[in-house]
Amino acid sequence: MTFLAVNLLLMLTWAAVSGSFTVHNLLLGFAVGALSLWLVREQFAAARLRVRPLKLLLLVALFFKELSLSAIKVAILVVRPNMRLRPGIFAFPLSLTRDFEITLLANLITLTPGTLSVDVSDDRKTLYVHALDCHDPAAERRAISGGFERRIREAFPL
Amino acid sequence: MTGDPDMLTAVAVSALLVIGSLFSVLAALGLLRFPDLYTRMHAASKAGTIGSGLLLLAAGIHAMDIAILLRALAGFAFFVLTAPLSAHLLAKAAHQAGYRLTNLSVTDQLPQPAPKSRPH
Repeated sequence: MTFLAVNLLLMLTWAAVSGSFTVHNLLLGFAVGALSLWLVREQFAAARLRVRPLKLLLLVALFFKELSLSAIKVAILVVRPNMRLRPGIFAFPLSLTRDFEITLLANLITLTPGTLSVDVSDDRKTLYVHALDCHDPAAERRAISGGFERRIREAFPL
Repeated sequence: MTGDPDMLTAVAVSALLVIGSLFSVLAALGLLRFPDLYTRMHAASKAGTIGSGLLLLAAGIHAMDIAILLRALAGFAFFVLTAPLSAHLLAKAAHQAGYRLTNLSVTDQLPQPAPKSRPH
């Protein structure tokens, strides 16, 4: 069932990217989608996860809010005559455990202006984040764990 | 000025174009003014997502064609997928190669790898 849904999604993506919604192109997209899903069938079967759609929407909304707010913040920083930069790398203790959650969190952090994930420790317990304004690492940590990390945990319950 | 749809889209497209270009210019300025690789990656990786995202959206709306709009959105989605990877890899590689953070930096909690003797 999920297999079919993902295949239909891939078909629509194919039609969007190739820019034509004719029946032939949709059929071709369905075939290509099925082929690529067949290639990753083992990983796909292993990666069964529960998703809460509404919470996922909240995560997306939080991302766009953070994106626009901090984009403006960084833009103001760039045009200031004397940039009061206090950059640094701080360690963020991860409470997320699964690989895809950590990847998602790291990418969201990087996409938000002002913060950039640099590395994950080998034991996957610490994420190292570079911040343009790092004079208060504790506040940055609180912002991530109460924002993105909490929303990810809610959207993908164990 | 009573809600002419052509006028509305024209205004929306122009606003998106101007704001998108503004963010691209600011990102370029950031690349120029920031002191080290790590801070520069902030400017570089966000120019891709915000600048190009707004410009692509403007192009998609201007075309008034759902297929083109979807393609523009797909382009934005691929930017969102790829931009953080390059930023993350460049920063990680620079740190492992031993590039120090700028003198302005206040903290560096990422352990530096043990310095290896470099082959000549």
